[in-house]
Amino acid sequence: MPSGVQVLPLSSAERVFGELGQPIERVPVQVTVGLRRRGFRRPAFSRALIYGALLAGSVIMLFPFLWMLGTSLKVDRELFVTPPQLLPAPFAPENYRIVLDTFPIGRFLLNSVVVAVASTALQLTTSAMAAYAFARLRFRGRDALFLVYLATLMIPFQVTIVPLFVEMRVLGFVNTYPGLILPTVASAFGTFLLRQAFLSLPHELEEAAFIDGASHWTVFSRIVIPLSRPALATFGIFAFMASWNSFLWPLVVVSSQDLMTLPVGLANLHGRYTTAWNLVMAGATISVIPILAVYMAAQKQVIRSVALSGIKG
Amino acid sequence: MVGQSAGRRALTATAFLAPSLTPLLLFTLGPMAASLVISLLRWDLLRPPQWKGLGNYAVLVADPDFHAAVGHTVFFILGYLPLAFIGGLAIALALNQKLGGLSIFRTIYFLPVVTSWVVVAFMWKWLLNPSSGIVNYALTLVGIHGPGWWTDPAWSMPSVILASAWKDLGFVMVILLAGLQAIPDDYYEAAAVDGAGRWARFWHITLPLLSPASFFVVVISLINSFQVFDQIWVMTGGGPVDSTSVIVLQIVQNAFSYGRVGYASAMSWVLFAAILVITLVQLQLQRRWVTYA
Repeated sequence: MPSGVQVLPLSSAERVFGELGQPIERVPVQVTVGLRRRGFRRPAFSRALIYGALLAGSVIMLFPFLWMLGTSLKVDRELFVTPPQLLPAPFAPENYRIVLDTFPIGRFLLNSVVVAVASTALQLTTSAMAAYAFARLRFRGRDALFLVYLATLMIPFQVTIVPLFVEMRVLGFVNTYPGLILPTVASAFGTFLLRQAFLSLPHELEEAAFIDGASHWTVFSRIVIPLSRPALATFGIFAFMASWNSFLWPLVVVSSQDLMTLPVGLANLHGRYTTAWNLVMAGATISVIPILAVYMAAQKQVIRSVALSGIKG
Repeated sequence: MVGQSAGRRALTATAFLAPSLTPLLLFTLGPMAASLVISLLRWDLLRPPQWKGLGNYAVLVADPDFHAAVGHTVFFILGYLPLAFIGGLAIALALNQKLGGLSIFRTIYFLPVVTSWVVVAFMWKWLLNPSSGIVNYALTLVGIHGPGWWTDPAWSMPSVILASAWKDLGFVMVILLAGLQAIPDDYYEAAAVDGAGRWARFWHITLPLLSPASFFVVVISLINSFQVFDQIWVMTGGGPVDSTSVIVLQIVQNAFSYGRVGYASAMSWVLFAAILVITLVQLQLQRRWVTYA
């Protein structure tokens, strides 16, 4: 888990987010705003004050994004003028062309997509299968093994990074896609999350299927998976974002520019153009678009998956 | 199922578990064990390793660079945690009001959370540019000569703290907002009937009942802060004059730049132990201040 995923010991996470066996889609991390709270209607003055403060805060949150966009469209000499101008004049969209021509941003983008999609698909598959075993199968040592899964969540990635790198070198996976993807194939966090979801499913459908002679694989793939789409989506988004923003492991395992993911490639770009802030910002703007698109399209799921896991960028 | 033999059940379980258990063993648990062994070696990844016993740990205890790294990490935590927590709490309280149109604010405040650290670090490095940055320009408008920010050893860590708190406000806000919304309205109504004012309600109802969510935020943020790396790598690279050289940065530099792999592993175990101890201490302390309704 190169993203630095952290999960609390169960007892506290449970208390915050509900009972262990609760279906994940009912875990109260649904964050709504503008509550219909009875009573205590605020006076107009106090309401205006709150709106004003929130608006001022929003400017602080949004301005760095706008400044990045504005800078990305400025010509070189406009970068260092006083007073700084918010709107680029003259308009320099060619910065994007320059960055795309001189730096393989397209390649970085492709690498990020390949790694994030593969990593997400693999984590979903392996976690769902393990979660099924822990939620539905009875076998010796099950609970002890589940604890081992949970214990791996406590290990900081920095502890494993050196042996992991040595291992990848021995396997010949340094500077390869497998090198980037393999360490993220399994997710103890995903197993935990999906197990919760599976535990909440009613047994009746499965029992009927078993009586008809269905195998565990059939029950898993035809009944449990289709019924667990919300939980799978929550974890899928989490895994995708963690991979997309992951920095430390790709930085270590890849040195060839052809295999750099966006964050590492961008950091490299900045190293090359230390003062060409317009080009750096054009690259940053390109890199931020896909993840913002995911966020806008699935805002609720994104917020919930982040809140549930405690992952941050 | 019911009629299956234990052997057959174990076989089914193995089939379902192997796809995740194999990579966990190969890429997490195996390396973890290996790391412990490597921390006892002198190794540069090129020549054969030599046994060093606890030597690396002995060096670590006396290493002024490592002491400095611990100090810088603590500096980061002491600045970042209160800023992110109080800021996030203020936003959560504002968004929990009975007002229309607040969801757009939640969307905005959460934006930096989904943005990668590299992009956020660029943004702030440029905003806080000592000569051409807009922040220092804004400061001159109110008659302040802005500092050198990330180019000045005295201001480099505050720069990193500022950017980090800005990025994580939305994260803290979301968790605390969920906590606020779990507080039943009845409590406030009963308190109002008893004549409790707004401040009394906040102090005696909101804060205690928000403590489980606060606890979650503090534990997670502390664990993450000990591992602070991405923003520092991009914003300052540990400089100037090592003023932002934190623990993980030294692990990475020792392992991959200085060829001191065993030493880096020893450092990572000390970091792990520190995180574990502090988390356990917090779990103990929670009895004192966390109220479970």
